[in-house]
Amino acid sequence: MSTAPHTDANRGALLLLADGRFPAGGHAHSGGAEAAVTSGRLRDAATLEAFCRGRLHTTGLMAAALAAASAAGLDPLLLDEAADARTPSPALRATARKLGRQMMRAARATWPSPALDTLAKARPRGVHQPVVLGLAASAAGLNPLDAAHVAAYESVSGPATAAVRLLSLDPFEATAVLARLASAVDTTATAAADAARRALQEGTDALPSASAPLLDIAAERHATWPVRLFAS
Amino acid sequence: MHLDHPETYPQRHTHSAPAARPDSTRRALRIGLGGPVGSGKTATVAALCRKLRDELSIAVVTNDIYTREDAEFLLRNAVLPPERITAVETGACPHTAIRDDISANLEAIEELEEKLGALDLVLVESGGDNLTATFSKGLVDAQIFVIDVAGGDDIPRKGGPGVTTADLLVINKTDLAPYVGSDLERMARDAKAQRGDLPVVFTSLITEGGIAPVAQWVHERLTAWTLPPDAE
Repeated sequence: MSTAPHTDANRGALLLLADGRFPAGGHAHSGGAEAAVTSGRLRDAATLEAFCRGRLHTTGLMAAALAAASAAGLDPLLLDEAADARTPSPALRATARKLGRQMMRAARATWPSPALDTLAKARPRGVHQPVVLGLAASAAGLNPLDAAHVAAYESVSGPATAAVRLLSLDPFEATAVLARLASAVDTTATAAADAARRALQEGTDALPSASAPLLDIAAERHATWPVRLFAS
Repeated sequence: MHLDHPETYPQRHTHSAPAARPDSTRRALRIGLGGPVGSGKTATVAALCRKLRDELSIAVVTNDIYTREDAEFLLRNAVLPPERITAVETGACPHTAIRDDISANLEAIEELEEKLGALDLVLVESGGDNLTATFSKGLVDAQIFVIDVAGGDDIPRKGGPGVTTADLLVINKTDLAPYVGSDLERMARDAKAQRGDLPVVFTSLITEGGIAPVAQWVHERLTAWTLPPDAE
């Protein structure tokens, strides 16, 4: 199944995997938006757009490249190590593995595949979510560029949805922000898929390592809050 | 003897614990507790734990809306040792975590089973929500909906999925009925009209032994759950 040629007929699977209602745990996470709202950096549609753009070009790009590399067939255990090396915050590593376990559960039920079974057995505590996402995409008959698109889109759709709940932001405005970011999502996914292709030849060092120190620091603080709406 | 849904435990869990343990006994029975804010869900869980903890191996998963308060209430009141209580964060959407995307709750239950060994009973408490909140059959084997007389004696008449379909309806705080002008007979009559033969119990948890009717119902469910499959 995973070697099925990519055609437009797979778009249905792509939409399913990218749907915010795909039951893989994303709804409980704000992608750093809650910490940014509390600190005052995220307060309206304009600052939401700036926040999302920053996240897309840093952790979004990284997640997209990991997902594409995983869908392209790179060793998921090596990719998990590469994800650790690119995630300095222990809180965000724990979150990524937790979401990876939840994605694994949903993906195995949705698109059963030996590759997912093997990885679940090798790492019962979970691997970084984008790595599982890549294998799920592959099991769904999608290609590395598709996997990168889903990861890149998730990196901005998560915070946008959270901002609607956190700020009572007009949902039309938040959706318009995502629409304005759409071409940047495409560019990011393409760059990520290119990097994944290089990584097939050169190893995981070829994957981008753009980091967002403020997201890392805020995530560490957020993890200690006694009262919060989102898990991260 | 209560009359239950026509099918007994029709739903099995997706990539979750199998219904049987390696020694061919069944895994823990999973019971969900839902209901509006302040109706006494946490108090019911606490009273059930106190009543049953000496005879059963119990664990609790709480789904708080924005804090760890329910888990902390249970810890503070020492109804169970801390390692038996886990809080799931729900991203401002308690019903999503118990119905639409149950992955985090399934993870939490499996972690408890892994850590504590064989359990008899897992109680999954929902965050306070509205009258439409019900648990997915992929998450729990049976569900209790807790309302109270002070929330208005017309709630059973209004119905909704929680009141109408829960395996047990608990109408709590009967001691308050005279002070808030609630008509218990009317509530019983309306509940009967909404629920047919599904059981309803009235409780006053501040009264000594007030949890007894709920505990008895749990016992009956456990007996049915642990019967060998060919005896069903």
